[in-house]
Amino acid sequence: MNNTLDSLLLNGIQLAYLAAASLFIVGLKQLGSPATARRGNVLAAVGMLVAIAATLLDRGIIDYTLIAVGILIGSAVGVVMAQKVEMTAMPQMVGLLNGLGGGASTLVAIAEFWRLTGTGQALPLGSVLTIILSVFIGGITLTGSLVAFAKLQELLSGVPIIFPLQRFVSLGLIGLFLVGSVLLIAEPNDPTIFLVLVAISLILGVLFAIPIGGADMPVAISLLNSFSGLAASAAGFVLFNNMLIISGALVGASGIILTQIMCKAMNRSLPNVLFSAFSKAKEKAAG
Amino acid sequence: MADSLIIGLVVFVLASFVGFEVINKVPPTLHTPLMSGSNAISGIAVVGALLVAGSGNGTVTTVLGVVAIALATVNVVGGFLVTDRMLQMFKKKEARS
Repeated sequence: MNNTLDSLLLNGIQLAYLAAASLFIVGLKQLGSPATARRGNVLAAVGMLVAIAATLLDRGIIDYTLIAVGILIGSAVGVVMAQKVEMTAMPQMVGLLNGLGGGASTLVAIAEFWRLTGTGQALPLGSVLTIILSVFIGGITLTGSLVAFAKLQELLSGVPIIFPLQRFVSLGLIGLFLVGSVLLIAEPNDPTIFLVLVAISLILGVLFAIPIGGADMPVAISLLNSFSGLAASAAGFVLFNNMLIISGALVGASGIILTQIMCKAMNRSLPNVLFSAFSKAKEKAAG
Repeated sequence: MADSLIIGLVVFVLASFVGFEVINKVPPTLHTPLMSGSNAISGIAVVGALLVAGSGNGTVTTVLGVVAIALATVNVVGGFLVTDRMLQMFKKKEARS
């Protein structure tokens, strides 16, 4: 009796996820056209509600008090932020929210790493790989978005910030990350290596965003939005959760397309938007 | 284990194709609202955070999970509300003109 109830619940959750994913797809579609955009946003929000409600029925969840605290705090902050923000400050608002989402994905991966190492057994290769990927994308999204926010909010100078050998530093850090990843795969339960990987990802996010000028920032935020989708997807691979994988892939892919559309509208190419500060610096040095 | 990775990969690739196809010809005024709306959807990370936080697996995991819930909820709630505010403004503008 209990078993049938369990499998009913399990299937019910998966079906609710299917409904939520469908609502996201229709919602995204409708957001792209002026006549239906508002309805599309509402449909996507309903999809999110369905996904959250279904997840709360998961049998693996045993403690609801702290969950309630987290949701209440998050909702209150979200409502206040959404009401207080000026219409002119919307791009940086999206940037900030995006950073928080990326941060959440990273924390999920870190928490899962902690849980798995806590069991005392060696982490399976699949888990190590997906956790590394998740931390990498999520970390870049978090700090990249926060820098984008700070620049548009004029907490940081809006002009491109570059320093000598910046590209080599970035490439060096990526190389270091790869080396660290290999070390972690060899020694999967080492928290020090893992934390170094987290730190490198966070630094790379900053290095990604600081050379981009204020006027180009909306494009960068759109790209980071795509990243935050991929980060959620990666977290889905860590937890083997289809809802996360599907929605993350949707945002990741549609975000890339939107980024391209925005570049085209400015008559620019994406590499030009992201790296123009470097070529300008070179011109200056040459001239 | 390997099976679930492969199934995940299949789901990921197919969903990506849907994501590529679902966006086309967006008028410039809708660029920011669309970005904001899809950003709210990426707050789906809250689902992962719920699963991690509620599983009762030690203090560190739970605390990280609860913080993740709070961050992702700000992303979701703020994201959808902000998108609605932007779209509301367009409507008023059109009505006036």
